[in-house]
Amino acid sequence: MSPTREEQHWMYRNMVTSRRFEEAIAKIYFEGKSPAFNMANGPIPGEMHLSDGQEPVAVGVCAHLTPEDVVTATHRPHHQAIAKGVDLDKMAAEIFGKKTGLSGGRGGHMHLFDDNVNFACSGIIAQGMGPAVGAALSRKMQGKPGVAVAFVGEGAVNQGGWHEAMNLAAVWNLPFICVVEDNGWGISVAKETASSIGSHADRAAAYGIPGKRIEGNDPYAIFEAAGEAIARARAGEGPSLLECETYRLAGHFMGDAEAYRPEGEKDALFEKDPIPKMRERLLAEGTASEADLDTIEEESAARVDAAIKFARESDDAAPEDALTRVFAA
Amino acid sequence: MTKSNERKLTIARAMAEATAQEMRIDPSVFVMGEDIGPLGGVYGNTRGLIEEFGAERIRDTPISETAFIGAAVGAAQDGMRPVVELMFVDFFGVCFDAIYNLMAKNIYFSGGNVKVPMVLMTSTGGGYSDGGQHSQCLYGTFAHLPGMKVVAPSNAYDAKGLMTAAMRDDSPVVYMYHKGLQGMGWLGTEAGATVHVPEEPYTLEIGKAKVVREGKDVSIVSVGMGVHNALKAAKKLEEQGVSAEVVDLVSLVPLDRDTIRASVAKTGRLIVVDEDYMSYGLSGEIIASVTEHDISVLKAAPKRVAFPDVPIPFARVMEQFCLPNPDKIVAAWDEMQAA
Ligand SMILES: Cc1ncc(C[n+]2csc(CCOP(=O)(O)OP(=O)(O)O)c2C)c(N)n1
Ligand SMILES: [Mg+2]
Repeated sequence: MSPTREEQHWMYRNMVTSRRFEEAIAKIYFEGKSPAFNMANGPIPGEMHLSDGQEPVAVGVCAHLTPEDVVTATHRPHHQAIAKGVDLDKMAAEIFGKKTGLSGGRGGHMHLFDDNVNFACSGIIAQGMGPAVGAALSRKMQGKPGVAVAFVGEGAVNQGGWHEAMNLAAVWNLPFICVVEDNGWGISVAKETASSIGSHADRAAAYGIPGKRIEGNDPYAIFEAAGEAIARARAGEGPSLLECETYRLAGHFMGDAEAYRPEGEKDALFEKDPIPKMRERLLAEGTASEADLDTIEEESAARVDAAIKFARESDDAAPEDALTRVFAA
Repeated sequence: MTKSNERKLTIARAMAEATAQEMRIDPSVFVMGEDIGPLGGVYGNTRGLIEEFGAERIRDTPISETAFIGAAVGAAQDGMRPVVELMFVDFFGVCFDAIYNLMAKNIYFSGGNVKVPMVLMTSTGGGYSDGGQHSQCLYGTFAHLPGMKVVAPSNAYDAKGLMTAAMRDDSPVVYMYHKGLQGMGWLGTEAGATVHVPEEPYTLEIGKAKVVREGKDVSIVSVGMGVHNALKAAKKLEEQGVSAEVVDLVSLVPLDRDTIRASVAKTGRLIVVDEDYMSYGLSGEIIASVTEHDISVLKAAPKRVAFPDVPIPFARVMEQFCLPNPDKIVAAWDEMQAA
């Protein structure tokens, strides 16, 4: 199943929006952090994990999802949040710690929650697995439509909770898909240092479910594989595991010196940047004209500018509001 | 002006130096954890070790805390002396069984027949907007559960001595280092944490508190970052003519109740400063240690300056609103006077 023209435009638009958003965040992140870089300073403090290069995974999967489907994401969530349709104004405001943010500034960039589109993320590795499996269970028990997708990094598959959740999803035949973003690194630890096998898709065999590895950080191939897995889940045929090769073009977090990368790795990855690659393909196949793509790029940039403006101009969170919302109202 | 014989180290470097020195003389010491190899630890405390000792003794692990902390327990019981790192204390949730049901209990369950000589290093603390899963202290959580010694240095001198003592201890030691004291370039560091550290190995007795500032009107008791807040508050109080004594607990388990009691017996007033959550924790324990011993020494009800009982918020203004600081300590003194 190849993406339609509209789906391809949608994928390209979301990839570009995500990239522009992160470029904007990256620039603002350094405000107030020079000459001496101190993570605590500036309009966006704290850790910042960018997803530049990983956009194909987000759009290839989320192209098949509707707002009612559930997504859990990780400490590196922006591309998935955008592809899932999280409110960009409120997301930006949350990252700035503003009152108008998704959580009024309580969560921050690793804790984005948008109930309108059933999106959540969190900062501890493999932590989204259980909640996604639980959402899939809930849909099944309530007889409500929808599937649940847990995005994790390739480092997460070595976490005990990952295996427990996979087995639970399989033994209960739940509408669940685990999508592993294999960017080759868990901070400074290379995949081959941490994992005993090359393709984590092979681990699906341990749960008796389909597993597939998609090479090349290719939004089209990811779209196709995700389409099959999600259709299977919607049809009540149970969970699947996908591992997508992808590229982390940025450091693990902003400020990471990346000395652990082999020489030349970064340059080689930039050569394979998926966004210009998709642009070329759209043009080559005649699925989009230069004018179409220019429009998409301009609109994406405008959307991001508006979100950043909204965030900047919003009021800071009120200090004493830190004490509210601990329990449900 | 630094004296020529001064050797100022960050806590990160002091920890790495202690570990290297011990590894040179004790082949049973080895290190496991995430990003502790070529990266040298996210918080710098294993920097340089893999270059000297190689990947056999300095082991980068998968993100599998239950497995490698459990493995450390097994290796410790089998003649090794593992040092393992839980990158952020907040991550204890994925691996606490190995910590509190095995590491902490196996000496007791075996009637003392086995030893569990291991060190669990873990980073604590917030103040830099890292959100509620990367900013906690959890001192009370670890100190509450029997069977683990718990230490938390406030400066590099103590850090080195505690690290060596922890590696030589036959019982498990949880070594909680505060990110804001660590001396990482990318994170602000409290200047008072970077102090002179002798080059030769030495140990600091685990379970011994220190009076780091003498005073006669009030005892401010704290640990880690809180000690620096207490010292700054003591300076401010001095300007008001108030003489504050500051006690650095250094160890949370065993807790040096004698030093705390002696200080409060002298000053008659107690303020406890704790970056961990207020309720059911360190601050209550310190106050109980004084009051159950001799309530008559107190001239005023004790006060605590601790993190309120809410998850740690991301937004800077919210987090700073919740964190202890010198002004809050001074305000606690003022309230004590008004009462
Ligand atoms: C349980 C747990 N252990 C360790 C960490 C620290 N940590 C944060 S991100 C990360 C690497 C994750 O690698 P991967 O899952 O491949 O995701 P990526 O960062 O590559 O997107 C680690 C070790 C954590 N957040 N949670
Ligand atoms: Mg990774």
